[in-house]
Formats: sequence, C-alpha cells, structure tokens
Amino acid sequence: MLKTLSRPFVPKSSGDFARLGVLLALAGLILFGALRYDNFISPFNILSFLRYNSMFALIALGMAFVIITGGIDLSVGGVAAMASVVAAYLSPYGWFPGLAGGMIAGLIAGSINGLIITRMRIQPFIATLAMMLAAYGTALLLANNQSVSVSYDTGFTTIGQDDFLGFPIPAWIAALAYVLGWIFLERHPAGRHVLAIGDGEATANLMGLKVEKTLFAVYALSGLLAGLAGVILASQFGAGQPTEGVGWELFAIASVVVGGTLLTGGSGSVGATLAGALLLAMVFNILNFENGLGWISLSAYWQSVIRGAFLLVVVVLQARLMKKTEA
Amino acid sequence: MTTIDTSAPGERAARPNMAQFLSRYGTFAAFILLVVFNLIVTPNFLSWQTLNVNLTQVATIVIVAVGMTLVIATGGIDLSVGSLMAIAGTAAPMIFMGTLLPIENMGVLIILSFILPVLLVMAFGWFNGMLVTRFSIQPIIATLVLFIAGRGIAQVATNGNLQVFKNPDFQFIAMGRIAGIPAQVIIMIIVAVLAHCLIRYTVIGRQIIAVGGNEKAARLTGIPVRRVKTFVYVVSGALAGIAGLIVVARNSASDANLVGLGMELDAIAAVAVGGSLLTGGRANIIGTVLGAFVIQLVRYTLLANGVPDAAALIVKAGLIIIAVFIQQRAKG
Repeated sequence: MLKTLSRPFVPKSSGDFARLGVLLALAGLILFGALRYDNFISPFNILSFLRYNSMFALIALGMAFVIITGGIDLSVGGVAAMASVVAAYLSPYGWFPGLAGGMIAGLIAGSINGLIITRMRIQPFIATLAMMLAAYGTALLLANNQSVSVSYDTGFTTIGQDDFLGFPIPAWIAALAYVLGWIFLERHPAGRHVLAIGDGEATANLMGLKVEKTLFAVYALSGLLAGLAGVILASQFGAGQPTEGVGWELFAIASVVVGGTLLTGGSGSVGATLAGALLLAMVFNILNFENGLGWISLSAYWQSVIRGAFLLVVVVLQARLMKKTEA
Repeated sequence: MTTIDTSAPGERAARPNMAQFLSRYGTFAAFILLVVFNLIVTPNFLSWQTLNVNLTQVATIVIVAVGMTLVIATGGIDLSVGSLMAIAGTAAPMIFMGTLLPIENMGVLIILSFILPVLLVMAFGWFNGMLVTRFSIQPIIATLVLFIAGRGIAQVATNGNLQVFKNPDFQFIAMGRIAGIPAQVIIMIIVAVLAHCLIRYTVIGRQIIAVGGNEKAARLTGIPVRRVKTFVYVVSGALAGIAGLIVVARNSASDANLVGLGMELDAIAAVAVGGSLLTGGRANIIGTVLGAFVIQLVRYTLLANGVPDAAALIVKAGLIIIAVFIQQRAKG
C-alpha cells in the first residue's frame, strides 16, 4: 500500500485505494469475528445480519448515486418512515399493494426533491432537509402519531421475514438492486452521465448531457430505494413506524464515504458502497458479540459515537488523499 | 434592513423585480401578516402570557440562529448545533449536582456549570473549524460528524438517563426575570445586538462577509481566512452551548436524547427566512431574528388553532424552500 501512495495520485485512484482498504477492513473484521466469537459465522447470525441490514444497503445504494453527482440526500430516513406507514395501511389489500404503495410514496418524495433541486435550483442539502421534515410530518399525520400494524393475512410480512433459497428475501432484493445499480453505473451510458455530472456540471452540460434529467432521476431513485427500505421495515417489524429512520441518512452517507466515493462527486463505485455498508454494519455486529462476552458493556448510545468517529476517520483520510492528489 | 452585500450596489438597483422586493421586505411582511392573522383568529392572542410564551420559546432559536448566520455568511453550515446543545445541557447539571467535580462550594459549582459547558462546546466548535480549514472538508460533512457523535457523547455520559434537578441559581437564566423581562430574552437581545455590531462595525465582521463573498479574493487581500472561519464555528458552538443551558434550565431536567433535537433545522430556517443567502457573503442579523420570530409564530399559530404538530412540520418545510427560493431569485 505504501508503494501505491508513493506514485502520483489522480482522484480516481485515491478512490481505488479506499476501495481496496474497505475490502481489506471487511475481510479483517470477519476474520476477527470468526476467530473470537463462537457463533459469529453461524447461519443464524449471518442470516439475521443480512435480513436486518438489507434496508440500510438499499438506502446506501441510492445515496451513492446522489453523492456521485456531487449532491446529498438527507431525506431518506424520513421517506423510509413515511413509506413504511403507507405500506402498512395498504398491506390488508395484499402484499403487492403494500410493496407498490410504499415504493410509490418514496418515488413521489424523491421526485419532489429532484424537481426542487433542478427546477428551483435549491441546494440539495436544503431541499432534502426540508423533505425530511415534510416526510416525517406526513408520516405522523397519516399514522396519527402511532405505529400502524400491518396485516399478517395477506403475505405482506413475507417480504421482510421469509427466506427464498435459504437467504432472506430482503437480502435478495438488495442484491438485485446492487446488480442493477452496478450494471447501470458501469455499463450504461446514463450511468456514465451520472459520473460526468459529478465531475463538473457545467462541463457535462457543454458536452450535451441531459444534466437536469439525470439529476432528477438520481433523486427519484434515491427516494424509490428509501421507499423500498420502508416497505421492508414495515414488513420485517410488523408495523409502519412514523418515527423510525432517524439517522439512517447518516448511516447511508457513512457507508458511501467508507466505500471510497468522493463526497465532492465525480467518482464512486456501487460495489464498494455495498462493502462500506457491510463494514459499518459489521462493526455493530461485532460490538454486540463483544458485549455478549461480558468484558465490556457498551450501551446502544455508543453506536452513534462510533459511527461519527468512523465517518471522521474516513473523511480525514479522504481529504489527505485529495491533498496529495493536488500537490 | 441592514443587509450587507458584497455585490455591486448598482447591479441590484438596475433590475428591481418581485423576488428582490420579497427578499427585502417579505420576512417583515410575513411577520406583520402573522400577527394580524392571529389578532383576528386566535383567541387571547393579545395577552402577556402569549407574548411571554412566544418570547421564551423563540429565545433559544434566535441565539443559535445568530451563530448559524455567521457560519453561513462565510459560506459554511453548522449541522452540529443541536448536538452541541445536548452536550452543554448535559454537562451543566452534572457539574452543579457535584457528580463531575469534587468541589463543595455551591457558588463555585454554579459559576463553573455556566462556564465549563460553554467552553467545552467551544472546543467542539473549534474542532469543526479545524476540519473545515485544515483538512478542507466540506462544512456539511465536517459538522455531520458531531451531529452524529455529539448527541451520542451526551447520551453516553448520562447513559441516556434523565437528569432532574431544582436549582434556582442555575435556573435563573431561564426562569429569572430582570425588570420583568425573562432572563433568556435579555440574553437573546444581547447576543443579537453584539452579533449585529460585530458584522457592521468590526474588522472581523467585515472579514467574515469577505470570506463568504469570495474566498480566493479574501485570501489574496491578506485576510486570515482560516482564522476567520474557525472563529465563526467557535462562536456558533458557544451560542449553541448557551442555548443548551437555557433549555435544560427551563425544563428543570436534562434529557440528552431531546435537548436541541432538530435545532439545526430551525436555525437554518431562521437564517434563510431572514434573508441571508445560504451560499454566503451576506449576514443579516436583524433578518435572522425576524426569521426566527416568523418560524415561531407560524408554529404557534398552527398549534393555537388546533393544527397537529406534524402538519406544522410540513408547513415549516415549505417555508424553508420558499424562503431560499426567493433569496436566490433576488440574487439573480
């Protein structure tokens, strides 16, 4: 790794460096957990790990696209909460109305974000911050400030709780989304547009790329994926939860950044984002096991401190690499 | 209005339009409209109690929003203010209840419980400033770190437990009155006046505007850009700390999970509604104060007329978007 540091860096390769780092860290953590804890690589732990963290992986995927364009989406947690409420209300009519309803709710919220950002030219963080408020407000209004039970008779809970070919359905959904996301970003022309816009909006415009359309699509996609995460949330925990999702945007941003995507946009990878999300989730999984051993007892409150510290380390490292690049 | 603008004055006068008019007088008009609306619709609006409730509730928003105005004027943003409020609001009761320091003298403890928490969060503000200046991390991300971790620190310190207390000396900053005026309102006025004077009459005030207007140009003219930027984050931290003390003193309890929750939004909204451009280069303190009053009045109007709190959130979201949109249009 020192060798790679000594050759002159271009931003793309600093991303590669981080991507290699996140994979090594992930492998190291898994090895550490497997050696230290008895049930770490038990099917139960692996499956519940995948089942629970699929929601966050989905949100991180949407966030990756947004951040690659140089933007940010702070509304994903609120949108997921709103979608979970909508899905819960529609779940008595069948699993499909529940699924579609939640996703459409997310898509609408994301599209509004996209319109405000592209048409009104309002900075993404302001637009999506406002959407976060509005989404929570809508969720609380719809749900009457309570959680909304889902129907257990229509198969809606299958989405979040059941397995398919031995793996949790949410994990399949997330895997499918990541494969599609990867194909789109790496192999499809529109995906290359996303990267070009992040590199420089004005340049992309001059090149004749449809900047506004692409930006709109990226925020709509982020909303759609947040909606899907909300559906899984409602299905997995048996209720639409209007106050859930607080801090999800931070988990997603941290995952994307840990995965080596530059916060300034123009570079990023779908696979590394998944690795970033898994890495962050793995930290908490290991923390739980460590608590179980009884040597330490870290309360749940440590999670946010550790999450913040993680983000700090990664952004400082990124900033360092960027400076080296410029020098 | 006392907008300080770094763009050429002729340029603004040449193209008068609706957005500019709204940008100048919109906040004031909205404020007057809200007052008139309430006088007609809301029962008992014209009473001391209503005034009291609104003034005390708006005080903490104004105090934090003034700090936010300075940060935004440099082209930055401080998302950590709510979490810093929680840290200060958690530290203070720990100090005067004697769990943190082995000091017996109550008077000393009270004084320390005002000073130490504010110093502590100023250090966190300095940390924000360092990330922004030394490491060139975007302000949104730099302050996101403490936005996440800050509340966690406060929660870890108390293990998430509520600290209940009764301490008239400490609680003077929220419950006390000087000449009939609540102490927190006096603090609010002092903070706003000082910040206004800072921007208008001091060198560093002008430097803040210059940095936000054009950072490169500011650096070339010899302005210590890093020091100016660090300064605004430290001030923002200090003001958030004071607001945190007021909130816990008002509640006779400190809940690390709730103190200052969502304050960053209220503060940013107050700045945006108050007419400062969110992209920097302008600091309109009086506007921010007015903006905070508008936000408070909107919330009060909705609640007093039976609109659920959740709907008030949606209205606030719309308000932020409209205000920012008008500001940007006015800039042209």
